[in-house]
Amino acid sequence: MSKVEFSPDTLALAQRIIKRYPEGRQKSALLPLLHVAQAEFDGWLSPETMDYVASLLNIKPIEVYEVASFYTMYNLKPVGKCLIEVCRTGPCWLRGADDIVEHFEKKLGIKEGETTADGVFTLKTVECLGSCGTAPMLQCGSDYYENLTTEKVDTLIEKLRASGNRSTYMKSNMQEL
Amino acid sequence: MGRQILLEHINVPGINTFDVYRKHGGYASVEKALKTMTPDEVTEEVKKSGLRGRGGAGFPAGMKWSFLDRKSEKPRYLVCNADESEPGTFKDRYLMERIPHVLIEGMITSSYALGAKTSYIYVRGEYMYVIRILEQAIQEAYAKGFLGKNILGTDYSLDLYVQPGGGAYICGEETALLESLEGKRGNPRLKPPFPAVAGLYASPTVVNNVETIAAVCSIVNLGGDEYAKIGIGKSTGTKLISASGHINKPGVYEIELGLPVEEFIYSDQYCGGIWKGRKMKAVVAGGSSVPILPTELILKTAKGEPRLMTYESLSDGGFVSGTMLGSGGFIVMDETSCIVRNLWTFTRFYHHESCGQCSPCREGTGWMEKVLHRIEHGHGHEGDIDLLVDVAKKIEGNTICPLGDAAAWPVASAIRHFREEFEYHVRYPEKVKNPKHFELEPFVPASALATV
Ligand SMILES: Cc1cc2nc3c(=O)[nH]c(=O)nc-3n(C[C@H](O)[C@H](O)[C@H](O)COP(=O)(O)O)c2cc1C
Ligand code: SF4
Ligand code: FES
Repeated sequence: MSKVEFSPDTLALAQRIIKRYPEGRQKSALLPLLHVAQAEFDGWLSPETMDYVASLLNIKPIEVYEVASFYTMYNLKPVGKCLIEVCRTGPCWLRGADDIVEHFEKKLGIKEGETTADGVFTLKTVECLGSCGTAPMLQCGSDYYENLTTEKVDTLIEKLRASGNRSTYMKSNMQEL
Repeated sequence: MGRQILLEHINVPGINTFDVYRKHGGYASVEKALKTMTPDEVTEEVKKSGLRGRGGAGFPAGMKWSFLDRKSEKPRYLVCNADESEPGTFKDRYLMERIPHVLIEGMITSSYALGAKTSYIYVRGEYMYVIRILEQAIQEAYAKGFLGKNILGTDYSLDLYVQPGGGAYICGEETALLESLEGKRGNPRLKPPFPAVAGLYASPTVVNNVETIAAVCSIVNLGGDEYAKIGIGKSTGTKLISASGHINKPGVYEIELGLPVEEFIYSDQYCGGIWKGRKMKAVVAGGSSVPILPTELILKTAKGEPRLMTYESLSDGGFVSGTMLGSGGFIVMDETSCIVRNLWTFTRFYHHESCGQCSPCREGTGWMEKVLHRIEHGHGHEGDIDLLVDVAKKIEGNTICPLGDAAAWPVASAIRHFREEFEYHVRYPEKVKNPKHFELEPFVPASALATV
């Protein structure tokens, strides 16, 4: 496996982010940098990736692990190319979130929490994404898909499968986090 | 009634851009404050306006600002709370997405009042696309001389940054948010010290909600006294309400505080009534944490007065027969909804989001989730309902931060107002095995049958 290192552009971005905080407070850049790292390295944070981020911020690796494991958006294990996160909290449930999850499970042949054998889709249920007025909804990368129906899910699955891109919360053309 | 302030220009094409926003009166409060007012005068107007924090607790914003330790040698910070994760709440996202500049403007004017030279907007990480929008708006504001060194040629300078979260509801709690902004786990801090004295980097800090900060623009433009004329009594101004659930028109509405709840639910201007021609069963009026109320108590207080959308009216009757305005997350449930199942999703949420520092919250939310799961799935025991009440009572008031209370209140109130429905689940397990049980056959309380 090649050494974990940001590309020169990403490294420059990381340096700009670190400058947002006062002298000696570079640790504040940890959450943003973990997002950047996750996008750069296949959608998840390996121990090597976290160690690398620690070295950039001049902090101990454990300080990175404890943060990465606290927040739900950081994946500590590999995930499918498209991470489908369906909201299941009250307001979404009231408008049929359960049916959406069930439909995904049927269409993809996996259970919630699993990844398809071809590694394309991981299905996850998550808590309220701040989109309750357009429920049911899901997030895939930085995109929200709202007012879902089973038909819309079918179209989405096709679209995502065809695109072949990895979903990330950061879109490369908008790297200025 | 019906006055629009924050969303007045929401439908103007291009209002998300600096130029169009400016053309419609945008950034006037920055000009007025920086050129004609001292920072203390701005704070004074905010005090006079009676504006109460829009993040949930409703604490008077001007008072919070006046607590800021201005004698400290340390730099002061303004941090905007855009963590918005309370189930049922999506108004901050709407505002930031559609009119990002109103938040940027409010941040500049407020930072000036507080003497902050660096400010941060902490946005929940899932709103990454909103972060792009804000960043774009900030860049425009820098380019036009409203941010950076010597704003509008005055000696006031300000840098403004957006910080993404990592996915954790608890980071909406202000001290957890500050921990997170320092690059740590979102564990709430013990108070005191309060952020006003030792907040971000142990410096004096004000944390305010997106909508609170956005409202500062119109307060400065109109003057605090004029702003205070909008609304009723101590509920001044307008409020963004996120309306969701079984209504015809879910969405974000700006209401003048004082609007009758009934009008909000049934008028076509707002929610447009209950969907599918059904009847309403219950409402959670202020985000998942506030007590649920049955139809008769949300429309009218226990005294029989019409319930209004104000802090006071919604809490009339205390927790016995009232609720709270909270964050304005207004969740409506029709006659086919299962109170137990909805509550189970909420409790699962709080269990998932507990930071784990205090055992009553960490263990109690887990227990409640487990017990609710078995009741809802037809495995409830005799005594489970009292057990829930007991656990909720033991969490309430015994934790570091209010998440414990927020988890306990929905449980206590659902059982208070819908006990029969819980009993039905325990008594007739086979009837609730189908997850859509009440959609197939709405629950009718025996008390209602008795009066027929
Ligand atoms: C568990 C928990 C979650 C919270 N989430 C939010 C939130 O997402 N947004 C927010 O503005 N306030 C939230 N609050 C309230 C904040 O702690 C704080 O009171 C608020 O940001 C202050 O701003 P305001 O006075 O302008 O309302 C939360 C509080 C708790 C206890
Ligand atoms: S009440 Fe819950 S969320 Fe708040 S500090 Fe305690 S364990 Fe953490
Ligand atoms: S409950 Fe699903 S977005 Fe809020």
